Amino acid sequence: MTAATGRLNGLRNGPTWSRIRAFAGVHRSTTVIAAMAIVAVLLPVLALIPPFSVFQPQLVWVNGFSNAGVFVLLALGLNIVVGMAGLLDLGYAAFFAIGAYTYAYGASPFSGVHAPFLAMLVLGALTAATFGVLLGAPTLRLRGDYLAIVTLGFGEIVPIVFLNSDKFTEGTNGIGGLYPPSLPGVEFDLLNPWPFYLLMMVIITVVMVLIYRLQESRIGRAWMAIREDELAAASNGLNTVTTKLLAFALGASTAGLAGVFNASKLTLVSPDQFLSQVSFSVLAMIVLGGLGNIWGVALGAFIIYTIQVVLLKQMNTFFESLQVPILQDINFVQYQFLLYGLALVIMMLFRPEGLFPSQRRKRELHTQTGDAEAEAANILEEGAL
Amino acid sequence: MTAESLPPPAANELPLGQPKTRLLLSARNITKRFGGLIAVNDISFDIPEGSIVSLIGPNGAGKTTFFNIIAGIYDPTSGRILVNNRTMVARPIRTWLEPFVWFLPAVVVGILSGIAVFSVNDTSVAFIGGALTLAALIVMLLAAVARPARYQRLIGRIGIFRSARPNDMVSAGIGRTFQNIRLFQNMTAEENVLVGMHIKLKAQLFDAMLSTPRNRREEITSRERAEELLRLVGLRGVGGELAKNLPYGDQRRLEVARALASDPSLLLLDEPTAGMNPRETSDMMALINKLRTELGLTVLLIEHDMKVVMGISDRVTVLDHGERIAEGTPDEVRRNPRVIEAYLGAPAS
Repeated sequence: MTAATGRLNGLRNGPTWSRIRAFAGVHRSTTVIAAMAIVAVLLPVLALIPPFSVFQPQLVWVNGFSNAGVFVLLALGLNIVVGMAGLLDLGYAAFFAIGAYTYAYGASPFSGVHAPFLAMLVLGALTAATFGVLLGAPTLRLRGDYLAIVTLGFGEIVPIVFLNSDKFTEGTNGIGGLYPPSLPGVEFDLLNPWPFYLLMMVIITVVMVLIYRLQESRIGRAWMAIREDELAAASNGLNTVTTKLLAFALGASTAGLAGVFNASKLTLVSPDQFLSQVSFSVLAMIVLGGLGNIWGVALGAFIIYTIQVVLLKQMNTFFESLQVPILQDINFVQYQFLLYGLALVIMMLFRPEGLFPSQRRKRELHTQTGDAEAEAANILEEGAL
Repeated sequence: MTAESLPPPAANELPLGQPKTRLLLSARNITKRFGGLIAVNDISFDIPEGSIVSLIGPNGAGKTTFFNIIAGIYDPTSGRILVNNRTMVARPIRTWLEPFVWFLPAVVVGILSGIAVFSVNDTSVAFIGGALTLAALIVMLLAAVARPARYQRLIGRIGIFRSARPNDMVSAGIGRTFQNIRLFQNMTAEENVLVGMHIKLKAQLFDAMLSTPRNRREEITSRERAEELLRLVGLRGVGGELAKNLPYGDQRRLEVARALASDPSLLLLDEPTAGMNPRETSDMMALINKLRTELGLTVLLIEHDMKVVMGISDRVTVLDHGERIAEGTPDEVRRNPRVIEAYLGAPAS
């Protein structure tokens, strides 16, 4: 209550910025929608202004933005699992793949079905959540490292299954010719990136509003409590397995959404789109962006994707056109994982909480107490008595 | 002297002159072994409703092990614990059967749909059969993790017994605190209490996502209740503070408030005055007394310091080396030679 009244006081007295912050604290959903609307307008405008306009024309930018949106969605979903509930998931791309293949079966000449796009969005999310439960139910009793290994295995298995069951998935070739999205009153043309861009923005906005509400609800508090101290959480009545399973299923369903969108935009799904690189990229994105902070991970994913896809390519052409010795022979795109690694190492040394940290995570990382090792030692100590 | 030679704790001898008092919790012949070490040896222990019962003993006597068995953290090697006359904790029986319960429905549905596909020879049947099999698997897996009453009854009928987990004990009305404070350090005091209130709140996934009126109402009332609980334990106006920034004594109080948030009928306090100065200690004791008189709570206190519990306990049980060496009113226990020996050592002879 005191926090809320403090916010209201800020609303009355403070300067503009704190007034906006106070408003954002009280009207979370309105703020997210307004902010996303501003972002959606601003991005294409920015693409017209140098230096951005020099890199590539506006339409290519807009197309790139909707591709980046896929990664923003993935980051938002993985943030639920890793950032909020504290479960390390290294096979997140599997759910992305499951969402995409669901769309391939629901809207392609391959299966002979053409379900409406919105229905497929829901179905893709549900299917991914189902597999999240299937994977999570037996494994979420595991702690930390063990869970990471199981999810890593799952992430490897899923693309291999899609690759090897030729009869159902066309193997390496993948399923092609998927129908583009169909919404009443909107024409989706593969040469026109605008409808895809706007659709992506709407999906991201809705997902963000929902995740914010969850974070501030009873469920979000339960995730936080489990991340802080699992034994204490259980001793306060939380069913830790169901709570973690819920985080897992919700994270998976967000990846399912991203998968459906991605499949409908590319009109092709093939196993090589969902290799472990995707899982690791998204994990790197949310760590760099700031684990636990919804805007942070979204921004992190957006920035890193843009750097990876636009900037590195442009560096190639830039150095080639200038005929710089040595540098012109380097293919920067090839070195993206080296750059990820470097960026992660540097971040962990100097700013472990990420570029845009959540207040909570920042506090956790900048204290000596609350050390996981010490916690484990405590449990052992209690057992030894 | 073994535990068998001690008189068994008859129900009518425990509550002071009130033979009809209901037993809230009853531990029967609890034994716990860690490898070759017998941490708790054949301890029986009753907690009548409305009393303050203490378990004391020197360091390493097995108090915390016993406490953790009651709280559902360890399964006992033998013996059982009844809460409101229902067996909640005991050595698990036939748990290896449980995975069969999870997978059997899916296997049956799978075989049936396989037969259906062969006889009808239609791909849509295969699709429906696959979906049904998956659904059966999901339903059973969800039941296995959420453990609703119907599932519990089902596995009970097969003869599987699973000892209660800590959260089951909270649902049964038992709240606890920890010897070494285990607050959610980076959450505010109010949030800590709200987490404690978790099982009393009803908002489900869709209430939260759609921000339904019910959800908003519940958030407001739960925050008011949290404020009330904080005031009850003597923490006025610190709701917005991070738990780790509170002074030590306040952190202990916050743990009590968090445990109270689930509306328990029995409160387990594991060394609630550990590390406190005499003044904080007497404040804490006053608080515990207040909880009994104002909220009608039953309290189990665990302490290694005898002085602390003597003033407020109705009954005191003394453990040493995992065995019960004395049991009675504080005065009886204080005069018991075996207790004096355990605390001060045997007289030279």
